[in-house]
Amino acid sequence: MYQYNGFDTAFLKQRNLQFRDQVQRRISGALSEEEFKPLRLMNGLYLQLHAYMLRVAIPYGTLNSAQMTALASIAEKWDKGYGHFTTRQNIQFNWPKLQDVPDILDALSEVDMHAIQTSGNTIRNVTADHFAGAAADEIEDPRPYAELLRQWSTDHPEFQFMPRKFKIAVSGSAKDRAVTRAHDIGLLLKKRGAEIGFEVIIGGGLGRTPMIGKTLCDFLPKSDLLPYVEAIVSVWNLLGRRDNKYKSRIKITLHENGLQEIQRLVAKRFSELRPQFKGQDQTLLNALKNAFKAPAWIDAPTATFHENYAKYPNFKSWVDINTSPHRNNDYAIATVSLKTPGQTPGDASSAQMRVIADLAKSYSHDELRISHAQNIVLPHVHKSHLFALYNGLYPAGLATANAGLISDIIACPGMDYCALATARSIPIAQEIALRFKALKLEHDIGPLQIKISGCINACGHHHVGHIGILGLDRAGVENYQITLGGDATETATIGERAGPGFDASTIVSAIERVVLTYLDLRLSNRETFLQTFRRVGAPPFKEALYPGGNEGKTAA
Amino acid sequence: MDVIVTDNGFSTDTWSAETTLSISSETDPESLTLPNDIQRVVITFPNFADGRGFTLARLLRLRGYSGALRAKGPIISDQYAMARRSGFDEIAISQAQAVRQPEHDWLFRSNWTAHSYQSRLQASG
Amino acid sequence: MPRKSYIKVITANALLSGDVIYLNANGGWTRQHLNAKIFHEQKDAQAALDAATAHTSDVVGAYLADFIDADAGPKPAHFREAFRTKGPGNYFHGKQAEAKNVSV
Repeated sequence: MYQYNGFDTAFLKQRNLQFRDQVQRRISGALSEEEFKPLRLMNGLYLQLHAYMLRVAIPYGTLNSAQMTALASIAEKWDKGYGHFTTRQNIQFNWPKLQDVPDILDALSEVDMHAIQTSGNTIRNVTADHFAGAAADEIEDPRPYAELLRQWSTDHPEFQFMPRKFKIAVSGSAKDRAVTRAHDIGLLLKKRGAEIGFEVIIGGGLGRTPMIGKTLCDFLPKSDLLPYVEAIVSVWNLLGRRDNKYKSRIKITLHENGLQEIQRLVAKRFSELRPQFKGQDQTLLNALKNAFKAPAWIDAPTATFHENYAKYPNFKSWVDINTSPHRNNDYAIATVSLKTPGQTPGDASSAQMRVIADLAKSYSHDELRISHAQNIVLPHVHKSHLFALYNGLYPAGLATANAGLISDIIACPGMDYCALATARSIPIAQEIALRFKALKLEHDIGPLQIKISGCINACGHHHVGHIGILGLDRAGVENYQITLGGDATETATIGERAGPGFDASTIVSAIERVVLTYLDLRLSNRETFLQTFRRVGAPPFKEALYPGGNEGKTAA
Repeated sequence: MDVIVTDNGFSTDTWSAETTLSISSETDPESLTLPNDIQRVVITFPNFADGRGFTLARLLRLRGYSGALRAKGPIISDQYAMARRSGFDEIAISQAQAVRQPEHDWLFRSNWTAHSYQSRLQASG
Repeated sequence: MPRKSYIKVITANALLSGDVIYLNANGGWTRQHLNAKIFHEQKDAQAALDAATAHTSDVVGAYLADFIDADAGPKPAHFREAFRTKGPGNYFHGKQAEAKNVSV
């Protein structure tokens, strides 16, 4: 993975001095809150319902054991002993105090980490496939490009005060694990003959007006990446609406101006910007590729793995569900679930973080990833180490075999933490997971992604959940709307709203009715929920949710 | 009378309206052409959260403008470096702002060429 | 419940700690919602809010919240404000875990 050099370290040191100064000026009153707010946001510090929240960047979801251990220490020293991993591969601390944040940032810089541009109207963390560099189906590792974009976007002088936030995701595989089609810019590495370049998708986004992105450029040569992305952001910085924050994102700009017009404007801007990139970015890119090259694979027999697999059913189950094919046949990608039924999705205690860090150091070539599904991934585990890994995870409550299953729920923090929320999401996630654990149907149901958002901003990605749940406030009572048939992958789809919402006491049984309908209608246990939904459509599910129809009815 | 901020701190405004071209942040970049004979251009910022002026400044420079370029408006000292890097030579702030954000705050950010990822990436390979 | 039976309180977060606080009758801030100053008229509440946030102060994000004028003291009218008096539901953190009646 990328190693900081003198430039990066010096930059971070300077940046932290600037923020420390800004905090002091806020405390002294030299800066008003109105002036301080964008400055603290561009350093990742939010004000939430009960306290501040610090969002620490984990660039393209990649970190090593020293960094994970540092996050655990920070949680212990300055927070309440845990962290929350997010749908943009970052980590959030829910209880920092303002005067401690400069010290937290300094502690982060000791391990080459930061909270820069994780909030505010800036270019945010560039996310990538959490299986990057490991997946068997990969065309090329997207992370050197993600790192290049990170550097290009860091403290970019033009793009700190934009119409709204801007999110970029990169995928290196035809299988889109990075939700690229729901990003402001999605970059998909693809082959054209012998050449590899990017399909550039723009205008994806969830929230109040969910949209799947459109292809702006079908094949962009790699050497054009930075000027082309800069052209898009530059055009949007001037064109994006600033009068209405619900219409500011590039998806609305695209909708209002049309794809052809945006292509024209971007092409024009690109022609002005291209000559400004004189080759150093490509030199750096080559150095980055070297930094991300594969680790030195170990060569060891896998016989004991196969023996243990045959002998221990729980281990077998975990391998079947939580590991994925690796480009090296003797290796596996392991998903560490942070979704034990009844736990807060995406949370890890500092003790758990330390366990995972140590296991990554021993068994994953010292590399970890954070998935947008709020789980931790150990990307490079030799099969002979899987049993020891499993036995290391188990006592820490980290061996739940539910990756991609119904209890592997994505949920935003919701109104338990978030000042923007209209309803709680965590208790709904907990209840659904516990319900299906009790029903013992999880393995039979198979892949089913439930995603829960506690408000219309859709940080829980509910629009692209196979089953999505949106928590709203209906006449002073929490009310949960269901969407069906969403898809976050390369066949991206916005879910269809099922009908009137359910209150907290009936939402879980409503979800149960949807799932039982699927089990009833599927052709075989090899037809997934999404496949069944696409075959039969919404009507049977709506009938199950609202027996007798829902015309004219108010919320259940 | 505005206070002018440069790398050296505060000074007084010596520009006259007659020799200065004023451009608003709303300006359509397609109509942003190089001013003939004008050597002083001001881009006005309606508020500090509106970053269009930075892109407009950059475009002016890309299109060959080599005269003096000033940002005017309720810009805060923490934006000084980004203004300079975008191509502005100086910033014009009100007297009241200069009191609330004294010279020291601006000088704190005057090493604007340092730690620039973007300059590094645009160097020759 | 009709809105005009709601009273207003002014609530915010403390600048340094981020704790939820309420404007009290002495013009200071309290962490205990039962000690919040009650406003019966919107315009009085707004004026007090403007005064509290007029100059740079040690509170952040102040706003008017609907409460109910109950016998035991002001009570949140909405579930969001009720959560703010307690803390999150998934861990025993925040106000529910701390001593009450502590002024800012």
